[in-house]
Amino acid sequence: MNDFSIVIGGKAGFGIDKSGNIIGRILNNLDLRIYIYRDYPSLIRGGHTFSVIRVSEKLISAHQDQIDFLLALNQDTFNFHKSRLQDNSVVIYDSDTVKIEGLNPSIKAEGIPVAKIIKEESATEIMRNTCIIGAFVKAAGVSWDLLVEIFNKEFTQDTELNLRIARRGFDQAQESIRIEPKSQIKLPLLSGNQAVALGLIKAGLSTYISYPMTPTSPILHFLAEVGHEFSLKVIHPESEIGVILMALGFAYAGEKTAVGTSGGGFCLMTEGISLAGMAELPVVVVVGQRPGPSTGLPTYSAQTDLNFVLSAGHGEFARFVVAPGDAEEAYFWSAQALNFSWKYQTPAFVLTDKNLGESTFNFDLDSVGEIKEEEILAWDGVLPYKRYLDTKDGVSPLVSVADKDAVVKVNSYEHDESGITTEDAFITTKMQDKRLRKTKFMIEDLVGFETVKVYGDKESSTAILCWGSNKGVCIELAQELGLKVIQPVVLCPFGVQHFEMAMAGVDKLINIENNASAQLGKMVENLGYEIAADILKYDGRPFTVEELRGKLKKVL
Amino acid sequence: MAELNLGTYATNTWCPGCGNFAILNAIKSVIGELNSEGLPLKNIVLVSGIGCNSKIVDYLNINSFYSIHGRALPVAEAIKISKPETKVIVFSGDGDAYGEGIEHLIFAAKRNIDITAIIHNNRVYGLTTGQYTPTSPLGFKGRSTPEGTKEGPINPLELMLASKASFLARGTSHGLEALKRIFKEAILHKGFSLVDVLQVCVTYYNMYEYYDKRVYNLENHNPQDYNQALNKIREWDYNADSPIALGVFYKKELPSFEQGFTHDKIDPIINERKIKEFLKASI
Repeated sequence: MNDFSIVIGGKAGFGIDKSGNIIGRILNNLDLRIYIYRDYPSLIRGGHTFSVIRVSEKLISAHQDQIDFLLALNQDTFNFHKSRLQDNSVVIYDSDTVKIEGLNPSIKAEGIPVAKIIKEESATEIMRNTCIIGAFVKAAGVSWDLLVEIFNKEFTQDTELNLRIARRGFDQAQESIRIEPKSQIKLPLLSGNQAVALGLIKAGLSTYISYPMTPTSPILHFLAEVGHEFSLKVIHPESEIGVILMALGFAYAGEKTAVGTSGGGFCLMTEGISLAGMAELPVVVVVGQRPGPSTGLPTYSAQTDLNFVLSAGHGEFARFVVAPGDAEEAYFWSAQALNFSWKYQTPAFVLTDKNLGESTFNFDLDSVGEIKEEEILAWDGVLPYKRYLDTKDGVSPLVSVADKDAVVKVNSYEHDESGITTEDAFITTKMQDKRLRKTKFMIEDLVGFETVKVYGDKESSTAILCWGSNKGVCIELAQELGLKVIQPVVLCPFGVQHFEMAMAGVDKLINIENNASAQLGKMVENLGYEIAADILKYDGRPFTVEELRGKLKKVL
Repeated sequence: MAELNLGTYATNTWCPGCGNFAILNAIKSVIGELNSEGLPLKNIVLVSGIGCNSKIVDYLNINSFYSIHGRALPVAEAIKISKPETKVIVFSGDGDAYGEGIEHLIFAAKRNIDITAIIHNNRVYGLTTGQYTPTSPLGFKGRSTPEGTKEGPINPLELMLASKASFLARGTSHGLEALKRIFKEAILHKGFSLVDVLQVCVTYYNMYEYYDKRVYNLENHNPQDYNQALNKIREWDYNADSPIALGVFYKKELPSFEQGFTHDKIDPIINERKIKEFLKASI
């Protein structure tokens, strides 16, 4: 069966990311399934950047250690990744700058005089990629015409020159491994961040506010770029504090608003989150996790902020927290987060990480469940309008400021139903009860959703517990090893009932997380379940299939 | 014209003689005037931070967003961007605007967004019972600095001028008529306007007499002239003894930030079609 991995690497600034996407797109058009993992350091020029493009006949969202093609634009790429090569792998390298030594004779080395070609064609340094892509396409037995088709889509300028350079690479190389096309429906390629953004748009987003921070900056960039297409207001203010407070001002004005950040920026937002809880203002906060504490590893991944997001903001208030595991879930649950946030007038959180946000997935819109617009409780027009009218489910009729002839008062202090400050003991208790009551109704609402997902061998008595971006690698191994996978997607309010159903017949639960303290595992233990083993990884890198297989086999 | 009742049932908790009453009375009068001139009350939005000053929103039966300490301005900016037809007025104190939230103040001025900030500058923290603020004079003895501050004040108007605010004025809580005039001019100004009100805290820093002896009204002053404005703003540095000018220091018409944002209604059907087009193009 077709299942190949390609590593392309070079220095930051070489255009590695774009090249990885082009290769992914070419292979995607063979009707194969693609997953791209991006690994890059926190710098602008230099360092070592690489992408792993995995191509398979079936849907995948994990990468492997073993690789079939190594495309080396510099010496580091060869040196760092040569141990991942196996018998019959192919190294395609710039023979003008990279020295291949000590390579097992079963590995084919294909040197392309890239620097020379670039010079002869009077091209720029960044086009070295193009030459390597051309050579790869030939080595993988892919048609030249497909390369031309994709180049015409990907390049807006210098397409002819890029094609000429790619052709020289193509002509120099020999076919080594044939990646066979398949006949199945073509699926688009999306990053997790794009899926989050599109899901928010689907649910009626009108405003996106963010201060740049890896790994959610790509949402800001994407929405800023397509903003006018979707009638969005996209703003990058002075700080994350400015971000969240602006978002609440927009919510007060009736704009469906989301913000995006990572741990450090989210720390700054927490006073605003608490304000959203008290003032009952809807907002979606996308928190893309990366290793901390503090600045940590800015361009790598982690699942360390679950406890933080579950409790962020002082005081007690209702919240909705969801952690999608792939592009479809990112789309669906970002939309639901915006819907719930408005339905219940309280903050909602989409907890992602760098691996989910910045990896590329096939996206199947048809497999995403129906996203229904939630009804927002309207005001009956009876004066005086009370912004915080106490109701059965705690949700007050909503009027946005300046929309109607109503005085709309929101307040960070404890307040009465009209929004006027109070210190009255009775009103304080009553209003706190009103706000917290929403959770009960949110739980009832969520019964109709798949808040805890189950995959793999559903009859197995051994189950893997995972969340977020570990979903892909866990499912792949569960299918191979005959295990069940339990993936809680909604983390607050936690679907206790759904989790209990998922645990039926399970007597051994193995918890897998990208953190050092088993945050979800502890949560599940607090519900009374036993965790047989924790497999924790917190070096910033995702589990590869081989790595997790090895660790699982030790505890099975 | 029948007097509008703009009050609420909230009990006023300011100290007797507090300078905030002058600001409350002035703004009530200005809101009444603007309303009689055709501005619907629903299009007025008040935003406040935290401090004695910020209680003003509880005392006015007008749309309001009672925000958190230092964080009134980003809220106000968002409301204006979303609803450009509204007049957004921020009430904030010197601790709130010039201390905790100074980054927002600088950026609001830099953007020249069309909102009005009225700063109740009593140069002391009242609600937290008497500590120094960013505009307290050097050596100010407060509860956190019993031996006197070792840092001098900032001149907020000079900072605002450098930050590109396009309307800068000063008033005092002893000058109700002047406050009305200045507030109205500030609210009608297209762009970011800031009025620094020397509002006296009778309990922790009673400066009525001090100000009364030193204030004078700006005359023969051209507020369009940046250099004249700068000179007059620098005349008193909020520290040393000198005459204290009142009135409009600076006023310039410049493009404002809220312009250029889309107000198209989000159309779910069109957006869904565009999402599908985007997906198709991502194959």
